[in-house]
Amino acid sequence: MTDSALPLSQPEVPKLQELFFAFLGIAASGFGGVLPFARRMLVEQRRWMNEEEFAEAFALCQFLPGPNIINLSVIVGSRYHGVAGALAAFLGLVGFPTLLMIFCGYLYGLYGEVPVLRDTLAGLAAGAAGLLIAMAAKMIASLVKAGRVSPLTFVVIGFLAVGIARIPLYWAVLFLAPVSIAYYWWRPR
Amino acid sequence: MKLESALATLVLNLALLSFITVGGLPSIIPELHRLIVENNGWLTGQQFTDLFAISQAAPGPNMLFVTLVGWQMAGWSGALLATAAMVGPTCVLTYFMTRLWDRFKDAPWRVAVQAGLIPVTVGFISATAYLIAQAVDISAVALALTAGVAAFSYFTNINPLWALAVAAAIGFAGLV
Repeated sequence: MTDSALPLSQPEVPKLQELFFAFLGIAASGFGGVLPFARRMLVEQRRWMNEEEFAEAFALCQFLPGPNIINLSVIVGSRYHGVAGALAAFLGLVGFPTLLMIFCGYLYGLYGEVPVLRDTLAGLAAGAAGLLIAMAAKMIASLVKAGRVSPLTFVVIGFLAVGIARIPLYWAVLFLAPVSIAYYWWRPR
Repeated sequence: MKLESALATLVLNLALLSFITVGGLPSIIPELHRLIVENNGWLTGQQFTDLFAISQAAPGPNMLFVTLVGWQMAGWSGALLATAAMVGPTCVLTYFMTRLWDRFKDAPWRVAVQAGLIPVTVGFISATAYLIAQAVDISAVALALTAGVAAFSYFTNINPLWALAVAAAIGFAGLV
C-alpha cells in the first residue's frame, strides 16, 4: 500500500489551529463512526502520518483505556506541539460534540416530561438497547471466527458476574482480567 | 454543599472507572447505574436510560453520556467536570505512553494483556446490553424494536443511526 512517488508524511509541521480544525472536521463528519474519517483525513488528505504510522498509533489507542479516537487526537497533537498540540487536537475533537450534548441535555430538562417526547425517547431507548446487543454479538462472533472458543468462558463469567450477580465492576476486573490474560499468555501458540 | 460533595464523588468515580473502559463506555454502564441511580439517587432509572439513549443517537464519542449526567445534576459545572473526569486521566496516560510505546509494543506481555482483556470486556458489554434491555423493554413493541435494531445493526453495514431514527419515529407515533 505504500506509494513511494509521494512523500507520505508532510514535511511541514502543522500549526495549532490546523490540528484543532482537522479534528473538528473529523468530529463533524463522523456521525456514527469517526475512525474511517480520521484515517482518511490524517493519512490521505493532510498527510500528517503514513499508513504504517497510523496503524501503529491506532494499535496504541486500542491498547490504552479511553475512547480510541480521543487517544488518537492526543497522539497526533502531542507529536507536533507537545501538550499544546494535544490540547488543540483534543478540544477540536470533543468541543463541539460536548456543547451539542449539553444542548440536548438542556432540551431534555425543558421538555423531558412532555408526553410526545416521552414516547419518542421510549422508542429511541428500545433501539439503543438493540445497538448494544448487536455490538456484543459482533464481538462474540469475531472471537468465535478467530477460532477462540475457550475465551467464551470469560465472556460468560463476565456476563454472569456483572449482569446477573451484579458484582461491582472493580472486583470483576480484578479477578477476571488476570485469569484471562494468563490464559492468553500460556495457551499453546 | 450537598451538591458539591455529590459532584466530588462523581468526579472521583469517573476518573477511576475511566481506566477500565477498554472497549468504551458500554462496559462501565452497570457500574455507572449503580453509582448514579442505585446508590446515590442522583438520577432516576428513567432519566438514566433516557440520557443513555440520547448519547447513543448524538454525534461524538459515546463517552459524552457522562456530560449529560453532569449537566442534569449540576448544569455547566457538572457537565464540564464530568467530561473532564471521564476523558482527562486517560488522555494524560496516552500522552506519556506515546513515548514508551516503541519499547513494549512487540513485547509478548503486551499481546497477552490486550488479547486477554477482550473476552472480559465482551462479557461486561453483554451484561450492559441485558440490563439496559431489561430496563427499557417494558412492552412487546419495545422488545420488538430492540430485536429489530439489533438484527439490522448485526446483519447490515448500513449506518445504525437509520435504525435508531426509525425506532424514535415509531415511539413518536405513540406505538411503544
